[in-house]
Amino acid sequence: MASALINVPAKAKRGEIIEIKTLMSHIMETGYRHTTAGEVVPRNIITSLTCRYNGVEIFRADLFPAIAANPFITFFTVATESGKFDFEWIGDRGFTETASASISVE
Amino acid sequence: MRKQDKSTRRQFLGLAGSAAVFGAVPIVTLRPSEATPATLAAAIKNVVGAAEVRTGKVKLDVPPLVENGNTVPMTVSVSNPMTSDDYVRSIHVFNEKNPQPNIGNFYLGPHAGRAQISTRIRLADSQKIVAIARLSDGSFWSASVDVVVTLAACTEEVI
Repeated sequence: MASALINVPAKAKRGEIIEIKTLMSHIMETGYRHTTAGEVVPRNIITSLTCRYNGVEIFRADLFPAIAANPFITFFTVATESGKFDFEWIGDRGFTETASASISVE
Repeated sequence: MRKQDKSTRRQFLGLAGSAAVFGAVPIVTLRPSEATPATLAAAIKNVVGAAEVRTGKVKLDVPPLVENGNTVPMTVSVSNPMTSDDYVRSIHVFNEKNPQPNIGNFYLGPHAGRAQISTRIRLADSQKIVAIARLSDGSFWSASVDVVVTLAACTEEVI
C-alpha cells in the first residue's frame, strides 16, 4: 500500500525559508523493462505531485519514468502564516494519494 | 602434430574471444529506442520554444561517477533573488540517452524563497544531463553535466 512521508518544520519564524521533503512509496515502473519471457512490463508511475499551502499552489512537479522508485522530492517555500500544507500525488492506473502537514508561524 | 594442436587451440581461443566481443554488440543494440541528442533537442525545444537558452545561473549537482543508475541523487539550484517580480517560474531536467528525454518538470513560484529542488533519478547510460530554468522575465538559463554510469537503470530484465 502506498504511503507518504513528509517533513515540514513544525514551527517557523515569519518570512523564514523552510525546506519541505516528501517521499512517496511507489514502484515507478518505467514501462521499458521486460520479463524473461520478453513481455513488456506496463508503465506504472506517479505523474504529478502538487503542494498547496493554505489552498494556494506553491509547488508542482511533472514526473517521468526517469524518476527513481519511491519518489523523493524536496523544495523550499517561505513561511508566511500558520496553516496547512496539502500534498497530492497522481499517477497511472488511477493512483491518487494525499497527505498533509501543519505549521505554526510566529 | 603437437604444433598443430597448439595452433588450433590458439585459433579456438581467438575465435571464442571474438565471438564474445561480437556477441556483446547485440545486447547493447537490443535496448529500446534511446533518446538521442536529436530527441533531447526536440524535448528542450518543446519547453523553450524559439527562445534563446543561455548558460549560467543554474547549478546542477549530480555525482560525476554513478555506481547504480537506479537511484542517482540530483539537486538543481538557480541563483535568483526570488522576489515577487524576479523569480524562477520552472525548472526542467532532461537527459540524452534514457528511453525518454524528460526527467522532470518542477514549477515554482515567487513564494518559493529559494529556487532549489532535489530528487532521485534513473540513468540508463553514461550521458549528459541538462537542467533549464525559466525565469519570470521569460529568459531561459541552463547547465549541463556529464555523468558516467556503471550500472544502468530502466531497461534491465525483471526476474
